[in-house]
Amino acid sequence: MAYTVVGKSVRRVDAVAKVTGKAKYTDDFAERNMLVGKILHSPYAHALVKSIDVSKAKALPGVEAVLTYKDLPDIRYATAIPGIIEAIATDDVTVAELKYGTAGHPYSLEESHRDKEDRNILTQKARFVGDNIAAVVATDELTASKALKLIEVEYELLEVLTSTDAALKEGAPLIHDDCEGNILSAKGYEIGNLEEALQESDHVIEGEYETSIVQHCHLENQVSHAYVDSDRRIVIMTSTQIPHIVRRIVAQSLGISWGRVRVIKPYIGGGFGNKQDVCIEPLNAAMSLAVGGRPVRLELSREESMIDTRTRHAFKFKIRTGINNDGKINGIHISAVSNTGAYASHGHSIASSGGGKFRYLYPTKALKYDPITVYTNLPVAGAMRGYGTPQIFFAFESHIEDIAKQLNLDPIEIRKKNVVKEGHVDPLSKNTIRSCSIRECIDKGRELIKWDAKKALYKDQTGDIRRGLGMACFSYASGTYPVALELAGARIVMNQDGSVQLQLGATEIGQGSDTVFAQMVAEVLGIPMYMVHVISTQDTDITPFDTGSYASRQTYVSGMAVEKAALEVKTKVLAFASSMTDVPAHLLDLKEQAVVFKDSGEKVLGLEVVAMQSYYDRVNAQPITSDVSNNARINAIPFGVTFAEVEVDMKTGKIKILEIYNVHDSGKIVNPLLAEGQVHGGVSMAIGYALSEQLLFDEKTGKPLNNNLLDYKLPTIMDTPDIGAAFVEKEDPTGPFGVKSLGEPPIVSPAPAIRNAVLDATEVAFNRIPMNPQRVFEKFKEKGLI
Amino acid sequence: MYKRIAFTVNGKAYDFEVDVRESLLDVLRSHLGFTGAKQGCGVGECGACSVLIDGVPTDTCIYLAVWADGKEIRTIEGVAEKNGELSEVQKAFVDEGAVQCGFCTPGLVLTTTALKESGKDYTREELKRELSGHLCRCTGYQNILKAAEKSLEGHVCTCVDSPHYKGE
Repeated sequence: MAYTVVGKSVRRVDAVAKVTGKAKYTDDFAERNMLVGKILHSPYAHALVKSIDVSKAKALPGVEAVLTYKDLPDIRYATAIPGIIEAIATDDVTVAELKYGTAGHPYSLEESHRDKEDRNILTQKARFVGDNIAAVVATDELTASKALKLIEVEYELLEVLTSTDAALKEGAPLIHDDCEGNILSAKGYEIGNLEEALQESDHVIEGEYETSIVQHCHLENQVSHAYVDSDRRIVIMTSTQIPHIVRRIVAQSLGISWGRVRVIKPYIGGGFGNKQDVCIEPLNAAMSLAVGGRPVRLELSREESMIDTRTRHAFKFKIRTGINNDGKINGIHISAVSNTGAYASHGHSIASSGGGKFRYLYPTKALKYDPITVYTNLPVAGAMRGYGTPQIFFAFESHIEDIAKQLNLDPIEIRKKNVVKEGHVDPLSKNTIRSCSIRECIDKGRELIKWDAKKALYKDQTGDIRRGLGMACFSYASGTYPVALELAGARIVMNQDGSVQLQLGATEIGQGSDTVFAQMVAEVLGIPMYMVHVISTQDTDITPFDTGSYASRQTYVSGMAVEKAALEVKTKVLAFASSMTDVPAHLLDLKEQAVVFKDSGEKVLGLEVVAMQSYYDRVNAQPITSDVSNNARINAIPFGVTFAEVEVDMKTGKIKILEIYNVHDSGKIVNPLLAEGQVHGGVSMAIGYALSEQLLFDEKTGKPLNNNLLDYKLPTIMDTPDIGAAFVEKEDPTGPFGVKSLGEPPIVSPAPAIRNAVLDATEVAFNRIPMNPQRVFEKFKEKGLI
Repeated sequence: MYKRIAFTVNGKAYDFEVDVRESLLDVLRSHLGFTGAKQGCGVGECGACSVLIDGVPTDTCIYLAVWADGKEIRTIEGVAEKNGELSEVQKAFVDEGAVQCGFCTPGLVLTTTALKESGKDYTREELKRELSGHLCRCTGYQNILKAAEKSLEGHVCTCVDSPHYKGE
């Protein structure tokens, strides 16, 4: 379809605010003389607090409160302003006994579908180095830090389980008393008859693959401010992707009714899934309650943020694939072990979700997926861009490459032979593939990287510097349907001049959603971008309900609500114009800030005339607004491919990416410039995943070894090659304006593509990432190449 | 211990007492309200807190406020024209899509401004090296580099005057 604003690279609506320093983030709202909160983290990975003495800390001048697991119930009954905090508390549940889940999922009315509740605000049992034992509120940061050092804790040390093997061993101590075998979940699936499918295959090929723990490293650390307002409600301003969910979880963590919490989300400095979780807000609320509701600021340092928020799960895979001589796959069996760290967070759903999104790419007669998610004494793993897919696609796209090599099949042809076709209905989710351009994406990537010419050129290399090509495919989803609720809300108010305010529950976290939503509204209402004012701040008291930014859902799911709200405004404008002119509304349309005749385009009334009349007509005045919710009970499956070319120094093990292209089938692209930006960022993060990033821990003690931005090898501008982004645009019939998701997809396939390129160059298969210089060197040595 | 210092920020003179332990970042953000400088790490690893001190891009989180005595400081709030018109560097960042979450943006705009004002020529690799003190997790640096290159070429803005924003 031809659009005026949708599909154009218009300027971000927040770009000017961000280049001038006017965009305000949580900590930019800090009040003068705000109290400062700090956390006492456990130095032990697995230990019981035998005794804790806070008297010296409490006696330090400037300390306003010290909290431990023991004090939490008292917050509500003793140290708070009389008559205020009691009124917040419900009956006789003590906070210390309250366990809550932190994962940023929509709530479920079915108990069995809720997140695992395994966390206290402060704990008596340390389950990882960094666990929250106590907290201090003081007049300033230095005093708070000093006070932490004065808290005397005696620990009883327990056996430390850092690996899934150790945690799964018979007789291993339980990290959570109610969780037998330290297994958080084991939800897989089986489609068809696997053994039969493997038996009738010409070959059954096996492989083992492994990924490492990495971290989001959003530039803004977790930070929040909390206070109790005069209406006795807890107000929290926080750097989050999910304000409405934070509100629920804070209330649950304190055992108070949900309406007693108000959450405000200003601009945020990146999230990548880490802020699709509730890490600091419950403690921040407890801190404020402990000082009579005064404002308290809680900001994590980078070192804290890297271990005491969330990480990406490390996975180990075993794969068996039954395949015929012609390359047709009959059956796949994937076993996975996921290391979820000390608390559940999203752990129970990530392994399942990765396996679910994988299912769309290569439908086979039989597919069996056996994941287990295991508690260990490492920092908590949670949601991170891709949500389980970077792991499973690294494994399978490496595996299929190994199969191609072993059977002497062309790596592109083997994929093309097995990838899904339009019309396929997933047997489990019942989601239908209504648009699929994966083959076109592959063809485009092949052309961009000049695959055929280079493949011929790089045959039989023997020198110290060798080049290779690799590729990998992926499938994803647009939101979580049918697993979870996909509700979104949007509200539009038209001003007297025909411009509008757009209010959303969906959150801008840097990806550009505010801009694409504004484009959608401008498109429907026939107005220019500058007449759409997006209210970027979410405030749970004011903004429509929407679960927030995750699962690459917003352009698709929240976009549906935005389109619906804009269409309602359009209908009302045309009806009002009709009442002013007696021209039937169905003959009218909106274009270039005017009501026009649909057929001829002839102007009937200026939009501002209608808008003005809607405010001040002495008989019919009714300003034009809409306020809608949309429950998306549908999903659209995006696809894509990475092509990479690498150069490997056989003497040093250094891998250099020469060219890399991501080609995406994400339906209609609303804003090509912003879409390319998403691809660049995702690919860059994936390059780190493939080549350099890994959060390291001492195996025996669980102590972090590189939780800072110097030792954790985040790609800098020097490490990042030119990244090519391309799209095959085919509108999906279900999405607003034909869109499918794009936020997370770019991170899924680069790592296996790079790994396959290294294999092509060196004949060495790296089945574990990152392929950092140390590991490449060791592997080359093992292979006798060095 | 407090010490009296004097410096200018964006051309305006300040003369006041600071706690000698305070970083310039704390003083700019908490006392003077220049919140455009961001704290990303607090230890000089990420570049989000950069400002120009006598024209030189500097991590203010590890720069004591007392060291700024007598210096000229320029923050992101002082880059645009007084009438609000964006500088060429800012325009380039907007037009090239170099902005996502925006947390690293002020520092990068300032460093690019210093490079532009130096009047020197830079190769692409030199430019990358000059910008490598700034971490960005959103953009993969692609459009930041384009914006910086465009800034140094005597960038002409196109997008701000595009039809979608005409009449603003």
